[in-house]
Amino acid sequence: MASGERPLIGIVDDVGGLVDLVAYESHEGYAGARQAVSGMAPAEVIALVKDANLRGRGGAGFPTGLKWSFVPQGEASDGGLKYLVCNGDEMEPGTFKDRYLLEHNPHLLVEGMIIGAYAIGAAQGYVFLRGEYHEPYRQLQKAIDDAKARGYLGQNIFGSGFDFDLRIHRSAGRYICGEETALLNALEGKRAQPRTKPPFPPASGAWGRPTIVNNVETFCNVPGILRQGADWYQGLGLGDDAGTKLYGVSGRVNKPGLWELPIGTTIREIIDVHAGGMQDGYKLRGLLPGGASTDFLVEQHFDLAMDYGTIQAAGSRMGTGTMILMDDSICPVDMCRNLEHFFAQESCGFCTPCREGLPWVEQLLTDIEEGRGQPGDLELLERNAQFIGGVTNTFCLHAPGAIEPLASALKYFREDFEEHIRIGECPYRRGG
Amino acid sequence: MSEPALIPVLSDEEVREIEEECAHLPDRKSAAIDAMMIVQRHRGWVSDESLGAIAHVLGMSVENLDSIATFYNLIFRKPVGRHVVMVCDSVSCYVMGADALRKRIEAHLGIGMGQTTADGRFTLLPIVCLGACDKAPTMMIGDELIENVDAEQLDGIFGRFE
Repeated sequence: MASGERPLIGIVDDVGGLVDLVAYESHEGYAGARQAVSGMAPAEVIALVKDANLRGRGGAGFPTGLKWSFVPQGEASDGGLKYLVCNGDEMEPGTFKDRYLLEHNPHLLVEGMIIGAYAIGAAQGYVFLRGEYHEPYRQLQKAIDDAKARGYLGQNIFGSGFDFDLRIHRSAGRYICGEETALLNALEGKRAQPRTKPPFPPASGAWGRPTIVNNVETFCNVPGILRQGADWYQGLGLGDDAGTKLYGVSGRVNKPGLWELPIGTTIREIIDVHAGGMQDGYKLRGLLPGGASTDFLVEQHFDLAMDYGTIQAAGSRMGTGTMILMDDSICPVDMCRNLEHFFAQESCGFCTPCREGLPWVEQLLTDIEEGRGQPGDLELLERNAQFIGGVTNTFCLHAPGAIEPLASALKYFREDFEEHIRIGECPYRRGG
Repeated sequence: MSEPALIPVLSDEEVREIEEECAHLPDRKSAAIDAMMIVQRHRGWVSDESLGAIAHVLGMSVENLDSIATFYNLIFRKPVGRHVVMVCDSVSCYVMGADALRKRIEAHLGIGMGQTTADGRFTLLPIVCLGACDKAPTMMIGDELIENVDAEQLDGIFGRFE
């Protein structure tokens, strides 16, 4: 570990939660927001976040400061409303990091959003929260109410003349709401279909106004950067990327869970040291490194660093950083069927390759899994993967993301697919 | 007299909560999802009558509102039991045995997915990842998240919900 510092949840782990405003403030809480709002120009805040090299923690890894700089400022702004939106939808299967932050350190998000709002000049913010997240909602709403009562939200924050109000929108549930333009349609009370881009949200977002959308964990990184600076933040990471990352492991390990570690920690360290290794009797065959929409990685990749560039070079994506393990008791064909069922169900139905292609893929996988596979089915799956996975063939990235685990499974676990078709049943179900 | 006749379908409390949402949004239609969720919190589901009343309050067509209602997983357009049971069927729970658990729950309640028990106590639905994957398999009963669900403990789990 570079420094052992854990600015997101270190104190939470030590004292068992920071949901109380007084407790949060006793650990330098709101010092970063106070410093930004009362002592810095918005452009200085954006420059600092850029210098820190903070990248979006929702999955895409876009540089946060750069995104903020796309919002029209000064002369370029028409002086009207701007919005700051937090994506707290967390519906990527296998992902459970934002829930932890919301339940245990909600003021960190509120503080990060105050800083972001000041940087882009937004007077109104929304947290777009999963409808099923009841406890996160209770904790965040309490944090917002307490911050408001203390004068940290609302009019004239810290006596600076800056106004920022924050409200929670509780979603009615659909995976596509995680796509930022679909999220904005949902925020506006509409069907959550993605929008045509351009224009991108920093130019025209919620209600047609300049809007920035960032993930929960992204905002939570901002207060520390304000307090301790860009060099400190850069020093937290092990490789090219900066800061810490919430990494998670689910599956047949001894200690499934979530840890804040230097970004760039290796996959093997996360699984063997932090997650306690595989349970007795189970062998690790592969994993999805950052949620359901990321390509499988296998044994040859386990010593790689979990950062944006390294995982991308290995043909996958770090995504949300919460990995799902496939042990040797799990049939790769059936696991892909489970994944494609999810993506087919959650397609918004707007464009044909996604609406028609994903159910077709799910049906082919179901047939193969249940012993009805035919010679040629794998070639058909591959052709579908090519068409649906081509990023210019679909309206948004839902279908290309859906295809990532399947395309990689066809590469790494091809023998399993072929055996299903050859013997006319699932070898993992034989005799049981 | 024809216009206001729809509003009494909603209670004063529901209308007050919907108006509170509208007051914080640039236009009334933007409160469509919030309004349906408010009514559902009070009544368990969104009936045709409720839908018509909400559309009227927000100044939008019933057809438009229904197209929004049917898009979202958590807006129920059919009656549900007193407790909605949502069992995660996404990949982390799948790896930890969700398929077998689902069958045990269906047998325990004597209903399949999408059905309601004869006594109106439970409605059973599949749900996507509940964001507690390190404690898989998971499900929700009402607002309560239940982690590390043990198929041997279903009596005790469901027994807490009258």
